[in-house]
Amino acid sequence: MEQCTYLSVTQLPDVARRVRHHILSMIHASGAGHPGGSLSCVEILVTLYFREMRVSPTDPRWPDRDRFVLSKGHASATLYSVLAERGFFPVDELLTFDVIDSRLQGHVDMTKTPGVDMSTGSLGQGLSAACGMALGAKLGKQEFRVYCLLGDGESQEGQIWEAAMFAGNRALDNLTAIVDYNKVQLCGPVAQVMPLEPYTDKWRSFGWSVVEVDGHDFEQLISGFRRARETRGAPTVLVAHTVKGKGVSFMEGQAKWHSRPIADDEFERALEEIGLPQARRAFGADLLTDGAGGGKR
Amino acid sequence: MSIGVRESIRDAFGDALVELGRKDPRVVVLDADLAESTRSAKFAKQFPARFIECGIAEQNMVGVAAGLASVGFVPFVTTFCVFASKRVYDQVSISVAYPRLNVKVCGAYTGLFTGKTGATHQAIEDLALMRAVPNMTVIEPIDAREAALAVRYAARTPGPVYLRIARDAYPVISDPAAEQACDAERDGGANGLPRFMKARTLADGDDVAIIAMGTMVHAALAARDALREKGVVPRVVAVSCLKPIDEAGIVEAAAETGAVVTVENHSIIGGLGGACAEVLGEQCPVPLKRVGIRDVFGESGSDADLARKYGLTADHIAQACLEVLATKAGRGGVGGSARIERAGACRREL
Repeated sequence: MEQCTYLSVTQLPDVARRVRHHILSMIHASGAGHPGGSLSCVEILVTLYFREMRVSPTDPRWPDRDRFVLSKGHASATLYSVLAERGFFPVDELLTFDVIDSRLQGHVDMTKTPGVDMSTGSLGQGLSAACGMALGAKLGKQEFRVYCLLGDGESQEGQIWEAAMFAGNRALDNLTAIVDYNKVQLCGPVAQVMPLEPYTDKWRSFGWSVVEVDGHDFEQLISGFRRARETRGAPTVLVAHTVKGKGVSFMEGQAKWHSRPIADDEFERALEEIGLPQARRAFGADLLTDGAGGGKR
Repeated sequence: MSIGVRESIRDAFGDALVELGRKDPRVVVLDADLAESTRSAKFAKQFPARFIECGIAEQNMVGVAAGLASVGFVPFVTTFCVFASKRVYDQVSISVAYPRLNVKVCGAYTGLFTGKTGATHQAIEDLALMRAVPNMTVIEPIDAREAALAVRYAARTPGPVYLRIARDAYPVISDPAAEQACDAERDGGANGLPRFMKARTLADGDDVAIIAMGTMVHAALAARDALREKGVVPRVVAVSCLKPIDEAGIVEAAAETGAVVTVENHSIIGGLGGACAEVLGEQCPVPLKRVGIRDVFGESGSDADLARKYGLTADHIAQACLEVLATKAGRGGVGGSARIERAGACRREL
């Protein structure tokens, strides 16, 4: 059931544009959601699902698939959009986001949505689950890798550092964490609410290999994931420097866009800014290439 | 195990984990620097590769267990009850119970009886907390034999389980036949749950039903002996599974005796007493008294002294029985005739 199909780097920006379009449409339609932190992690998730991870949209529970844990579970709109683009469920379903009886919950639910590997929403818990999955792969002598996206504000939770200590101690080199370091949390700049710096030093001191990347640069993300895969004896964290609300000028860097509805006129302006995707449809198999790309092992 | 001999419940728990580890390579055990106390050290010794020492970091431990369960393992998480419930409540709720992951959360050292530790290590709220979590099964065995049964039952039943394991040795009184029956009733049998998971009568009587949980069944049986000398014969009913609770069994005991005393090594709020009050209030209102810790924190002391001071002895149970009898239908209590009608109605519905 393995589907090692990947897009070329030049195809990724158009996917990212479509994902941003979906995110804005979902949050606009539902009247609730988290635009800022959803827009900041678009390139990270697009790279994971279209270049890096071995997954099977036709068999979402394929036992040997790579796992992804969205520890910052409020960026659900991004994960749903990427999963729909990847073919896990119809793109049309995205507009059921947050509606009663929908498979697309406000925070991700592994029992409801095809392709979601862990339920999250209460910040700080996802990295521990990712550690358990990575340890399970080692105990079961399985080849799959585990990826976990954290928020920067989320790493104020103590459990993140319990998990960091655990992964370092267990030398979980099949685990890659990515921090969406967009520098802004609900109440204001992270540096004011509860500063994290020296942030990369913290991860290193817990036994992690650290790679800093521009979280909106596909080439850097791809090479960062490659370095993580090649690292032996330690887990890797990609500290991805990002912009909260990326792609929509009036949302960028603004704490007030962490969680709020998008008004009709704001929605129109936002769509104009991100630009219309060249093809407003899900990626078909015709556009997926058998990847000489990142995901081979 | 022979009937009546005192056997350590936590040792039986540890031995059961080892037995399980031999049979099922998917079983893993996680502990947070308490393996000697919880007896998960027995498993660690036999299966070091499948024992995961998490250090003093229970929140991460529960999350790691959730991740392991999601990729096909059967994790048993062991620590003290206070940490397995209060310390990790959100992790158990969101990372385990919400996604219905196959994690067995095992709390050792129940209620006030925690070995002279004082209030910080006494688990008087864990049953109330765990019972409130959707998808959670809550079990407290009455003796060593049942502890082993409970481990086996938890392992083969998909989904989250909270297993409450007493520290000390108690006489083995559970039905030896239940052991084979439990294995025969692999999928819960026709009636949904294996025998040891149902409310079941340990000693007959019709004057009042003492519904007791976990190791408090032993004090309940002693209370019955004392009351018989006064001409009162209580029925003693054991409830080892607090959730899903055997509603029919509790209603039956209430309807047939007309008065109920609940007994637990836990706060009277939200545990067995709370659960029985809810069931009986809706289905079969009868006079009810709850024996348990009366909404206060405990303190250091021997188990016997703690039981005396906080109301958990056979004497306290016997006294509660006499008090509830005084208000029972047909015994001159207020509203007696109305109660007789209600109890009759419960009986007809059975």
